[in-house]
Amino acid sequence: MIAIVNYGMGNLFSIYNALDRIGGDPRIVPDPEGLAGADGIVVPGVGAFGSCMDQLSRFEGSLLRAFQEGVPMLGICVGMQVLFEESEESPGAKGLGWIKGNVVRLPDGVMIPQMGWNSLSIKRPVEMLEGISNGDMFYFVHSYYGRPVDRSVIVATTDHGVEVTAAIAKDNLFATQFHPEKSGAKGLKILENFVRCLHC
Amino acid sequence: MLARRIIPCLDCDLGVPGGRVVKGIEFKQIRYAGIPWELAGRYYEDGADEIVFLDITASHERRETMTSVIKKTSESVFVPLAVGGGIKSVDEAREVFNAGADKITLNTSALKRPELISEISDRYGNQAVVLAIDAKRRYGQEAGREIVETPEGPCWFECSFYGGREFTGIDAIAWAKDAVSRGAGEILLTSMDRDGTYDGFDIPLTDAVAKRVRIPVIASGGCASPDHMLEVFQKTEASAALAASIFHFGEWNIRDVKTYLKERGVNVRV
Repeated sequence: MIAIVNYGMGNLFSIYNALDRIGGDPRIVPDPEGLAGADGIVVPGVGAFGSCMDQLSRFEGSLLRAFQEGVPMLGICVGMQVLFEESEESPGAKGLGWIKGNVVRLPDGVMIPQMGWNSLSIKRPVEMLEGISNGDMFYFVHSYYGRPVDRSVIVATTDHGVEVTAAIAKDNLFATQFHPEKSGAKGLKILENFVRCLHC
Repeated sequence: MLARRIIPCLDCDLGVPGGRVVKGIEFKQIRYAGIPWELAGRYYEDGADEIVFLDITASHERRETMTSVIKKTSESVFVPLAVGGGIKSVDEAREVFNAGADKITLNTSALKRPELISEISDRYGNQAVVLAIDAKRRYGQEAGREIVETPEGPCWFECSFYGGREFTGIDAIAWAKDAVSRGAGEILLTSMDRDGTYDGFDIPLTDAVAKRVRIPVIASGGCASPDHMLEVFQKTEASAALAASIFHFGEWNIRDVKTYLKERGVNVRV
């Protein structure tokens, strides 16, 4: 069973439908207790960093336990940004801090939010990117992006005026700034890789 | 670099069970193109970057029909879905988002009550609000209007509403700028002079709006061939091109259109 953390931010149908489509056995989980026994956990995210963290805080302990136990986890969009320590979007709000670094605004002079399909530049081949090639396009909607202190966690970037962190990987954690559930067949491929990782 | 998007538009008559996709010229000579969720599925498989559903009916039960169309579509279509037609309140927008829409498009209701743009974008974000503008050329240099040079002479653009049946006196370019300041995240710009003509997009209109707002502009109205899409992408900063008939009636396949554009140097997702 894959738990989709429902902390009240945004529409979970898309990610639910996408996981269901590929046989991932998703379940929308509204309480921290529901994470126990999950084979994998998806942290979606829509909205501002601060309000996401407000809502997510009650899951923090359960998520950390699962992360430390090695449960495969997938963060999407703001669900990736909350892994960092803090964000320029919501000064003073603390993120989960599992990835050292901060979340910054896209530079002036580019279209903000970045909304549309952009191509990946793969920095490090990982299992979650199996079947994905340099230049494959994914759907992005965001105004901020994560900047990890340890650059080696970055597995893919995209170009939007600056080199934007598009995907990171650390131990059993994988996260994307783009939306795999809105990125057509290539996005479903990443979700299939995630489902396969649950059983390896 | 963001790719230029190709967006099929489904005009939906929701007065029949399950709805049906229609296309006509000013509501005359209506042709039936298919069942909404089936067509959406076909376009998704063909490589559509996004799909727009517009409710063109005024029946009483339509909202429920639209939400069931979106729910059904989002089970098998994994690209962004935009939904519009008759959304007048945050509550009505919520129903559509909850059914699986990623964006809503506003037209008449926003012209009548511009606050609706910020009410929805405050709750769902700018990226979720597309302002649809139906613009018609008015030739001459009227004071206080945003004048655009065209091969046919200088003109300004007037917004229409109620599906093109009434005019507002509002300057389309000024309205686009106002809507951006209110939180619109994207503009779906339809040329009423070109819609249904198959003469290609209104290039001066698209160019003027795309240069004057800093949000994505979707060009619409008049597209009959991949050449028209090539022209709008080469001559304007439009982020996307929207078309209906050329896809509905099998004249062009989305994949073939994108290959055509890519071969000519346009950055598209293939």
